[in-house]
Parts: sequence; C-alpha cells; structure tokens
Amino acid sequence: MLNLDISTTEKNIDVMPIKIKRKKSIKDVNRWGYLFILPFLIIFVIFSIYPIFRTLYLSFTNFNGFGQARFIGISNYTRVIGDKLFWSAFGNTVKIWGINIVLQLGLAFLLTILFSDIKYKIKGLGIFRALFYLPNLISVASVAFLFKNLMDWQFGSFNQILVNFGVINNKIDWLGQPGTAVIVVAVVGAWMWFGNSFIVLMAGVQGISKDYFEAATIDGAGRWTIFGKITLPLLKPILIYVAITSLIGGLQIFDLPFLITDGLGAPSGALNTMVMYLYNTAFKYNNVGYSAAIAYALFFIIAICSAFTFKSMYGSSKKKEAK
Amino acid sequence: MGTKVKKGIVYLALILLSVLCLGPFLVMLVNATRNSQAIISGFTLIPGSSLSANWALMAGYFNIFRGLGNSLFIAIFSTVLTGYFSALTAYGFAIYEFKGKNFIFTIILVLMMVPAQLGLLGFYDLINNMNLMDSYLPLIIPSIASPFIVFFLRQYLTSVLPMSIIEAARMDGASEIKMFHKIAIPIMMPGIATMSIGVFIGSWNNYLIPLVLLISPDKFTLPVMVGSLSASKDLTTNLGGTYLTVAISVLPVMLAFMFFSKYIISSISAGGVKE
Repeated sequence: MLNLDISTTEKNIDVMPIKIKRKKSIKDVNRWGYLFILPFLIIFVIFSIYPIFRTLYLSFTNFNGFGQARFIGISNYTRVIGDKLFWSAFGNTVKIWGINIVLQLGLAFLLTILFSDIKYKIKGLGIFRALFYLPNLISVASVAFLFKNLMDWQFGSFNQILVNFGVINNKIDWLGQPGTAVIVVAVVGAWMWFGNSFIVLMAGVQGISKDYFEAATIDGAGRWTIFGKITLPLLKPILIYVAITSLIGGLQIFDLPFLITDGLGAPSGALNTMVMYLYNTAFKYNNVGYSAAIAYALFFIIAICSAFTFKSMYGSSKKKEAK
Repeated sequence: MGTKVKKGIVYLALILLSVLCLGPFLVMLVNATRNSQAIISGFTLIPGSSLSANWALMAGYFNIFRGLGNSLFIAIFSTVLTGYFSALTAYGFAIYEFKGKNFIFTIILVLMMVPAQLGLLGFYDLINNMNLMDSYLPLIIPSIASPFIVFFLRQYLTSVLPMSIIEAARMDGASEIKMFHKIAIPIMMPGIATMSIGVFIGSWNNYLIPLVLLISPDKFTLPVMVGSLSASKDLTTNLGGTYLTVAISVLPVMLAFMFFSKYIISSISAGGVKE
C-alpha cells in the first residue's frame, strides 16, 4: 500500500485529486458485483426458488395435472400422516438406506484405514481407487438394468455362478422376495457408491499434514494411537459431510429400486421408496397436489434426520474436546 | 514376517474387491456376445458368436447412438454453462463488497441443503406452463445456477487469487469483465475442472428430470432410453440383445475413464485436499 502511494506521487505531482478519484472508483467498482451474480440469481429464482414455493402452493390444492387447481387447505397433509403406503415407503427407504450406509461407509472407512496405515504402506492407491470408483460413473439406469438381468432367478448369471461353485443347490429368487430384494438394492447401491466415499475420505486423510504423523511416530505413538488421536479427529468434518450427504441422497433413493423392479416397488411393495411413491402419485396417478404434500413431508423427514445426524456427530466431538 | 503375511492378505482382499467391481461388467460383455439359449443354459466367460445377431435385434428396436448423442449434447452444454457462470458468480461474491451480499449468499447456502425432489413438481409445472416440455432447454439452462459449485469456487478463489493482483490490474486500467476473463478464469481453471467432472457425470447419469420432461423417444437421453427397455417385453426375452444394449451404454464411459481416470480421480480428491 505504502509502495503504491509513493509510485503515484512520483508520477503525479498533484496527489489529492488522485486519492479522491480512487475512492470513488472503488465504490463504483463494487457495483459490478451485482452484475456478476445477476445471471445466477435470475436462473436460481426461476428454476430453483420458484418451483419450491410452487410445490408448496400445489400441496394445498387438489391439482391433478390438468385444468384448475382448487385450494383444499391442509387436507393433503392430514392424508399423508394417515397414509399407510407413505409410511411403508418411509420404512422401506430407511431399511434400504440403513443396510446401504453400513456397507458403503464401512467399506470406504476400512479402505481409508488400510491405505493410510503407516506400517503397511499399501501401494497402488491410484489403480485401486480408479477401479473402486468405476461403478460410480455408469448411469444408475444401466446398472439397474444390468443387475436386473444378472440377478434374474431363472436366467441370471449370479445364480448360475453360485450353483456352479456349489454355494447353493436351488436357485434363489433374489428380486422376487421382499427380504432379499431390499438387500440386493442396498448392496448394489453400496457397490456403486463406496468408491466415491472412499475417495472423499482418502482425500481428507491426505489433506492432514504429514508432520503430525511424523511427530507422533518419533514420540513413539503406535498406529492405533495415531489413528485414534490424529486421523480420526481431523477427519471428523469430512466424515460428517459424507454421512449427511449420503443420508440426504439415501432418503431420496429412486432410480435404482424404480428400475430394478416394475416401477411400483414389487415384490409386495418392499422396494417402494418415498420418492418412488411421490413420482407414481404425481405422474402415474396424476395426483399432483397430494404428491406435492408428500414432497414436503419427505423434506421435513430429511431435515430432521440431517439435523439429528449433525448434532449427534458434532456434539460427540465437542464432548471429547472438553475432556 | 507377520507383517508380510498380513500385507499379503490385505492385497488379496483389495484385488478381490477390484474383481467384484469389474466382474459384473465382464459378465455383461461376455453375455452380449451370446444368444438367449446359451445364456439361459449356463454361465461361462468364453465369448459366444451371436454378437451380430444381438446387434441386429437391438438396432431394429431403437437407435442407442441417438441416446448417446443426446446425453453427450446435454452434458457438454450443462458442464460449460455451470463452469462459466459458477466462476462468474463466485468471482462476484469473492471480489466485490456490495449491499446484501452476505444475505444472498446465506440464502444460497440454505437452499443448497434442500433436497432436489422438493421442487420437482413445481419445476415440472413451471416447464409445462412455459411450453418447454420435450425440450432440452430445461435440462441445460438451470445449470447456470449451481449453488454448490459457486460455494466451492468462492472458497477456491479466496485461497488462490490475491486481491493485490486485481488491484494492480485495475490500476493498469483493465476493465472488470476483462480481469475476470484474463486473470480470474486461468487462475480458477483447476477448480473449475475439478467441479466440471462431477457436473458432467451428474448430468450424464441424471434420470428423474429427463424421464419426467422428455416425451418423444428420439429425444431420450441414454439413461431414459435404457430405462424404457424394462418396459419392452420382446427385448427383455432376448437376453443377448439386452446385455449388448447395456454394454453399449456403459462402454463409452469405461473407455473415457481408462484414458482420464488419473485426471478424474485426482480432480475428485483435489476438492478435499485443498486446505
């Protein structure tokens, strides 16, 4: 700053007018900020904010996709609360997500521990990471269709392989039974997404300064001490991030169960998730108003779950710090 | 010795996991070359000879390359728009001090947390009223406003772009827009690239919105096209053709990944590594 002033005085003998000019220009310059964010704001208001409020409005109407929407108060919401199908969809979603998250995050976390282990010094991180990430890149539609064929109980390769190796004697109807269908969807989901969680967690570990690990090793800390006292606490923000994003994503699971079944959540509705119920209510049965209320119910459930996850994870770390 | 054995077990487990990741694709490729009878009768890893027959069946049913092209078109435009406008917005937030800036940014952050499905019906209704059904515009234009990317790039920008450079350029008489294009964009490029990969993959794999908005089959994106297969009975009874269809939908991604995997992975990690 000082340097700058000197150079200006050197070039211009009259200092005062220049200072005034600069002050004015900075104020002018800041108006450019509005111009820079304007395109974003316009599109954001039209395509993101307006639809959210439009959905809210629709949830108080009996709109069926055509003609005029009639205001019917909160009756859509009272209907959601008493709707057995909605709550069974909620239960299904939680079941699928619960199994999925344990497998997905468990595997990703285990891999992170292995690859960050200072004693093993596992090589080939680049190759393994790429291989584990591969299923992420393929559209869920293709994955669902692939597994629908692979898991088919009569013609599917999965049963054939199991029979070939003598694991089972009789073919199992994986997608035809409620219990196994839920597990198949959860496992396929974990198979698709564990690589992504792993990369995010691993990036977090690599972001931790090497000095910590070296200092701890010099001080004679064992690997479990290092993991518990350095890696885990420093990884906590990223763990919270991964947990909450997979919670939000998991409660909205739609395309995988939608495409791996008949689109209605067969067998016995065990794969009918909340978003699938929302989709079918709106686009199959044209009950847009009620579907909008389902969307808001889903939103409240996700908001409560996220807040709960955040608080429990963040709260526990604070308690530890206090110790 | 103990460590070596344990290390061996770890490597074995990792290789097994890799096989599990690749296995289904391998089975898919093999089955794409076999006819239905062969697939029903048993499993093998030896390719069959029915590739051309499967191809003929699939080609008679629909044009999957059309779907590929459609998906590519939408994904490229979405990615470019997201990259450019997110950088522009992030620059606006990072460099200038204007009234209401923090308020607007807070609202964007709050809405970032709102699940996408919340606005789905309102979005559909809006597009319907705008007479934009069956058009690509509602699939591309909204990508101009991507809150998460703006959030990321703003953080990125404040850590990599010193204000002194901007001030110096301003003293030299550079216009604000020019400074953005000539100084900020090149500096932000690694950050933009990082985010672009995620945006591209997200757009490429997007299923629900195109499913809801697209009506004519020749406009279907790849996922919608593959999804519509579930409904067609004659192709699902011909297993070879089905596997070939899925294989063709998957292969371009796998090929691209083979060439760019290093770049893709390091880009995904970069977001986390940046301190």
